[in-house]
Amino acid sequence: MLRNAWVGVLGMALAASVVACGGGSQEAAKPAESAAAAPAAGGGQKVDPATAGSVKGTVTVDGAVPKNDAIKMNADPVCVKANTSPQFQETYMVGADGKSLGNVFVYVKDGLGNYSYDPPTGEATIDQKDCRYHPHVFGMRVGQTLTIVNSDPTLHNIHAMPKGNAEFNNGQPIQGMKMTHTFSAKEVMVPFKCDVHGWMNAYVGVLDHPYFAISDKDGKFDISNLPPGTYTLEAWHEKLGTTTQSVTIGPKESKDVTFTFKAPAAATTN
Amino acid sequence: MLHRFSKFLAGCTVLLILAGSLVTSNDAGLSVPDWPTSYGWNMFTFPPSMWVANILYEHGHRLIASSVGFLTIIMAAWLWFAEPRRWLRWFGVAALGAVIAQGALGGLTVLFFLPAAISTAHAGLAEIFFCMTVAIALFTSPRWIASGAEPVDDALLRTVATTTTVLIYAQILVGATMRHTGAGLAIPDFPWMFGHVIPDHWSNAIAIHFTHRIGALLVTLAVLATATHVWFHHGDRRELTRPATLILLLVATQVTLGALTVLTQRNVWINSVHVVCGALVLTTSLVITLRTWRVRFSDVRGVRLQADPRRGDEVRLKPDTTSIGARA
Ligand SMILES: [Cu+2]
Repeated sequence: MLRNAWVGVLGMALAASVVACGGGSQEAAKPAESAAAAPAAGGGQKVDPATAGSVKGTVTVDGAVPKNDAIKMNADPVCVKANTSPQFQETYMVGADGKSLGNVFVYVKDGLGNYSYDPPTGEATIDQKDCRYHPHVFGMRVGQTLTIVNSDPTLHNIHAMPKGNAEFNNGQPIQGMKMTHTFSAKEVMVPFKCDVHGWMNAYVGVLDHPYFAISDKDGKFDISNLPPGTYTLEAWHEKLGTTTQSVTIGPKESKDVTFTFKAPAAATTN
Repeated sequence: MLHRFSKFLAGCTVLLILAGSLVTSNDAGLSVPDWPTSYGWNMFTFPPSMWVANILYEHGHRLIASSVGFLTIIMAAWLWFAEPRRWLRWFGVAALGAVIAQGALGGLTVLFFLPAAISTAHAGLAEIFFCMTVAIALFTSPRWIASGAEPVDDALLRTVATTTTVLIYAQILVGATMRHTGAGLAIPDFPWMFGHVIPDHWSNAIAIHFTHRIGALLVTLAVLATATHVWFHHGDRRELTRPATLILLLVATQVTLGALTVLTQRNVWINSVHVVCGALVLTTSLVITLRTWRVRFSDVRGVRLQADPRRGDEVRLKPDTTSIGARA
């Protein structure tokens, strides 16, 4: 009977490792496929740089935003050592003027016709450093390679929680570890979290075109090489949601756009 | 000795349930992404220096679970070789099967990123396994085996107590569903619900949460009914009055902990102890229920009772190997 039990336990472990390995290889196969397919997908004409214009602008917030939540890192000595000052979430990155809002993902949501774009150059990177994700908000293309790095001498698991792409959760226990991932479908936004350090979170916007930008600490963003046309632009913020506006660009025109979010009512502070 | 060991196993299972609820309360379920390995290491050689932050809860839960699994193997084997009651030998095997299935569910829920259905099943099977360990401890206890005093035979109490136990288990399943769908604060106030007696708006999460509060009311009433019946009709039966008193205390504690879980916005320890206390309410009710059914076990097959004539209330136990299976 004892022997039977052990056989059962062994069998379960075997089955589990098969499941685990199967999941892994499947994950690796899917993105490669779409990466190959991505350049051909557009099929339309190329954007003519001679007539292309741009959208620049600022993201602001109207009213006072709540204070970012404090983070206690004391559960991991490595994180404590890396951060000597008090730590806060990066939810609201408000500029010195008290109005400009950083870490907002601005992108062309609608209105691009049937263009074909050059495949993305270079790779996107997300670094786990000092028990934070760097960057906190970023954008990348479908089929583009995302390099995930652990620069910390502690363990992180990077857990992506997409709705339209495949969920994944990978451990990087050793400093310097690298892995890559590609998303196969567009999605605004894919959240990342570390389940070891509950405060670690990041967001990536995955698009099938190159027209996106992240507002900087002064709320500024810049989307260039945009063909003439009328577009719906959307600005996304992790807490304040989304806001859209329509913009028309003539040949070689540069338009200035301002997105304004309303600060949440004081009562809904969390 | 076997009885002591089974009590020890039940005690370890309480610890295991606490460890498991700490995993969920800390949202640490995916902090070790792989299974049965831990970050690629064999579970038992994963260096303690790496048990940082939430990994401590998840990896600790896996280690305690493995220990309980190992103890269950010992107990099943022990029962198999030493227990004269055939059905109890197989019950030990069933407990082992339950703990193995429980480990598999735990692994699966990690590999599939904690789907609510698998995590809730993991919570539900945990309670079943705990009930099995408590039942084994009860079945192997001298008091159970010795029917020196005639067991209580009260059909109404059997019905009330059994209903109560089933209700408590259902309530725990609703609670587990609430935890694993993140509905624990779907109704943020207590005792009011959005400032009303009944919520003025609804969603799935609010409905689950509401059901758990109504469940608490029903369980409280059922427990009161059982305890009152015991005290009024069997006030001289300590094997019933003691757990009846205990369960009243536990339910009072449990309702308080549930309220505090909401009021502290899910304080990790209050929330986790609420889970453990729920398991204790369930098994206390189970003990009462099994004792009301004791009379239906007719006699304990294979165990001959020898009353010591010098001390009327004491018995000596002697396994009667000749009658094993003869009356099964
Ligand atoms: Cu981390």
